[in-house]
Amino acid sequence: MGSTISSIPFAGTSEQEKKLRAVIDSHKNEKGCLMPILQQAQEIYGYLPIEVQKIIAAETGYPLEKIYGVVTFYAQFALNPKGQYKISVCLGTACYVKGSGDIYNKLIEKLGIDGGGCTPDGKFSLEACRCIGACGLAPVLTVNEDVYGRLTVDDIDDILAKYN
Amino acid sequence: MKKSLEELNAIRDKIKGQVEVRRESSDSADKKYQVLVCGGTGCTSSGSAKIIEKLNEEIEKNGISDKVDVIKTGCFGLCALGPIMIVYPEGAFYSMVKEEEIPEIVREHLVNGHVDTKYLYKETVTDEGIKSLNETNFYKKQHRVALRNCGVINPENIDEYIGTDGYQALAKVITEMKPEDVIQTILDSGLRGRGGGGFPTGMKWKLARNIVPNADQKYVCCNADEGDPGAFMDRSVLEGDPHVVLEAMAIAGYAIGANQGYIYVRAEYPIAIHRLEIAIGQAREYGILGKGIFGTDFDFDIELRLGAGAFVCGEETALMTSIEGNRGEPRPRPPFPAEKGLYGKPTILNNVETYANVPRIILNGAEWFSAMGTEKSKGTKVFALGGKINNTGLVEVPMGTTLREVVEEIGGGIPGGKKFKAAQTGGPSGGCIPAEHFDIPIDYDNLIAIGSMMGSGGLIVMDEDNCMVDIAKFFLEFTVDESCGKCTPCRVGTKRLLEILDKITRGQGTLEDIDKMEELCYYIKANSLCGLGQTAPNPVLSTLKFFRDEYVAHVVDKRCPAGVCKKLLSFEVDPDKCKGCTACARVCPAGAIEGSVKTPHVINKDKCLKCGACIEKCKFGAISKK
Repeated sequence: MGSTISSIPFAGTSEQEKKLRAVIDSHKNEKGCLMPILQQAQEIYGYLPIEVQKIIAAETGYPLEKIYGVVTFYAQFALNPKGQYKISVCLGTACYVKGSGDIYNKLIEKLGIDGGGCTPDGKFSLEACRCIGACGLAPVLTVNEDVYGRLTVDDIDDILAKYN
Repeated sequence: MKKSLEELNAIRDKIKGQVEVRRESSDSADKKYQVLVCGGTGCTSSGSAKIIEKLNEEIEKNGISDKVDVIKTGCFGLCALGPIMIVYPEGAFYSMVKEEEIPEIVREHLVNGHVDTKYLYKETVTDEGIKSLNETNFYKKQHRVALRNCGVINPENIDEYIGTDGYQALAKVITEMKPEDVIQTILDSGLRGRGGGGFPTGMKWKLARNIVPNADQKYVCCNADEGDPGAFMDRSVLEGDPHVVLEAMAIAGYAIGANQGYIYVRAEYPIAIHRLEIAIGQAREYGILGKGIFGTDFDFDIELRLGAGAFVCGEETALMTSIEGNRGEPRPRPPFPAEKGLYGKPTILNNVETYANVPRIILNGAEWFSAMGTEKSKGTKVFALGGKINNTGLVEVPMGTTLREVVEEIGGGIPGGKKFKAAQTGGPSGGCIPAEHFDIPIDYDNLIAIGSMMGSGGLIVMDEDNCMVDIAKFFLEFTVDESCGKCTPCRVGTKRLLEILDKITRGQGTLEDIDKMEELCYYIKANSLCGLGQTAPNPVLSTLKFFRDEYVAHVVDKRCPAGVCKKLLSFEVDPDKCKGCTACARVCPAGAIEGSVKTPHVINKDKCLKCGACIEKCKFGAISKK
C-alpha cells in the first residue's frame, strides 16, 4: 500500500483513457462496481495515479475521497508505477522460517531501494508479498511471472544478472 | 447445451471408469495410458507446464497419441517433490521430473511398457515392483474427502467432475429433498467451519433460512480469500476441483432460499481464478447454474469477486463490505450476516474447504461423515505442511490425528537431523505447539485449550534454529501491516507490541517489558471488534507460555539461544581449529578479521557486522556464533 503520491509525472495516453472509459461504462450500473473498475484500471495503467482516480470519480459519481480511501486500503493497488521487472519476495510464514527475510534484506542492499520502491532507472521494483502458495519451494521470489525457488542469498546476483 | 438429469447420468456412466482407474494402481489389461501431470501452483512454479509440452511433443513423435492421454490435474499434495507426474494404470509416481528425462520415460514406459524406475519417487520402488501411492508414508494415513478429486481429475473439464458423481448431490437435493432436510443433514454431520472459527455449518444455514421470514433476496458467499501466509488448501481445492465448490454453493442456495452466490477469491491466485471462470462457464452451459436447474423451479447463479490484498477481508463482515466496493473494514455483530449481510440481505459465508465436504455428505449421509473424527470435531481437516519439514505439501487427515503422526510419519520429519521445536498453527491468529504437546490429537477444542487454534490449516514446523521471539515479531509485523485501523487497541496496540518485541530482539528489553507486553496482549484481545484484533496477540501469548525462557535469555543474558537475532550474536574464531587459511578475512565485507597466514585469526567485535559470511566460508568449522 503506497500512501504517497507519485512524483513521477503522469504519462497516460488517450488510448488508455478510452479503454478506461469503456471499462467504467460496462460496470458502472452493477452493484459493488468500484473494485472491479479499479482492478481493471490498474491493469490498463499499471498503477492508479490520482489522475486516473479523478476520471473514475467523474464517471461513476463516487466522491474522489472514497475512491482514494479504497485504493489506499488494499495492498494490491499502487499509487506509484512499478518497475519493468517487479521483484516480489515471499514473506509468508513457510518462506520466512526458511530464510526469505535475509533474501529480502539482501535485495534491498543490492538494489539500493526500500521495499515498495523502484530503482531510478525504472528497471526493478521490490516488494514483499504474503505467500504465493509455492511453499514446497520455499524460500521463493518472483520476477514478473518467473518463479525462483529453493533460494539462498548467493543466488541473488545470478537472478538479477538475467535481467540486466 | 443445457443437460437434463438423464443426460448428466449418461455422461457420468461414460466417464466414470476412466476417472476411477486413477485412484488406485492396477494391472488393468486396458493399456490405454493416462499420464497425470500436476498443474497446481507449486508444480507450475517448478515447471510442470514445460513438462506437459514436452510430453505431448514426444508422444506425437513416437506416434502413440491414440494410446496415451495427458491430463493436467490439480495438486497431488506432495509439493516438495514437484513437478509430479503419475502414469496409470500402473500408478507409477515420477517425482521432480525434468524436461530432459521425458524422451526416455515416454520411450521406455509408454512405448515399450517398462516402468522407468530410475525416475520414480524412491519410496515407491521396492524389490517386488512398484508400490502404490496410497501405501507410501505420505499418503497412507491420509483420508481424502475435501481433496478427493484433486490430482485425479482435469479441473478444466466438467465431464470429468460429473464422472466422479459430480452434481449428483445437487440433483438429489433439488429433486428429492426439502430445504429443511438438507439443513438437518448438514447439522447431523457435525460439519464445522474450516476457515478457522469452527462454527457449525448447519446452524449457520438454519439461521439464514429462518431468521428473516419472507426475505426478498438472500446470498450465498464463499470465502476464498485465503490470507493466512503458509496456508494453501483452499487454493488447491479451487485449482484442482472447482466444480465441487460451485455444487456446494448451489446446494446451500437451495437450503437457505438464495438464488445468487459470490466467490470472493484472492487476486494472488491467478490459476484458481482462471479455473473458476472456466468452471462457472461450463456449469452455465450445461444449465447446472442458471434458471430452472434440472427442470425444477430452482434458479442459482454465481459470480466471482476478486480481493485486492487485505488480510482482514477474511473476516466475514469485512469480506462483504469489500464485495460492496468499500474499504474492507469489519462492522459490529449483531446483526449477524444471517440476518443482515451482503447489501443488507440475509447471507451465509462459508469457506472453500467447508463447501468441498458438502456434496459428499449429501451423497454418503451424515452418519458416514460423523463417523470420522473426534467427539466434537467431525470429518477430516486439510493441513498445509510447511517450514522445516521434509514432505512439504498438503495433507488431509481425520480430526484427532496427532501432531506427531502428521509431522513425523506423513511429513517425514525434519531435514538435516535437527530437533523439532514447535509447530505453528492458525497463522497470525494462532499459536505455537511445543514438543511437549507432540501427542495431542488435533481438533478445534484441543488446539484452543493449549492457546493455539485450528485456523485455516497452515501448519508450519520450526526447528532448533528458529527463534521464538523472532517468530512472534514476524507475526506482529504482519498484523501491524494488516490491521485495518478501525479499532484503536488493534491499530495502536499491535504497533506497541511490535516495538517492545523489536526492543527485546535488539537486546534492550527488560523483564518489566515482558510483563507489560503480556498485559497489553490481554487488553488488545478484550477490546478489538473483529477476529483479527482479538487474536493478533496470540503468537506472543503462546510463545510466552511455552518459551518464556527464550524471552528471558534475550532480556537478562542478552543472548539469542537459537542464534537468529543478529544484534545479540557474537562471532568467534576457535584458535584450535583455525588453520590460518585467510579465507574468512578475504570474504569479510567489513575487514573485521585480523591475522596472518597459518596463524589463528581473530574477529574484531567492534567492526563485525554479524553478516555470517565468514562462517559459510570456513572449511574447518572454526567460527561459531553465540
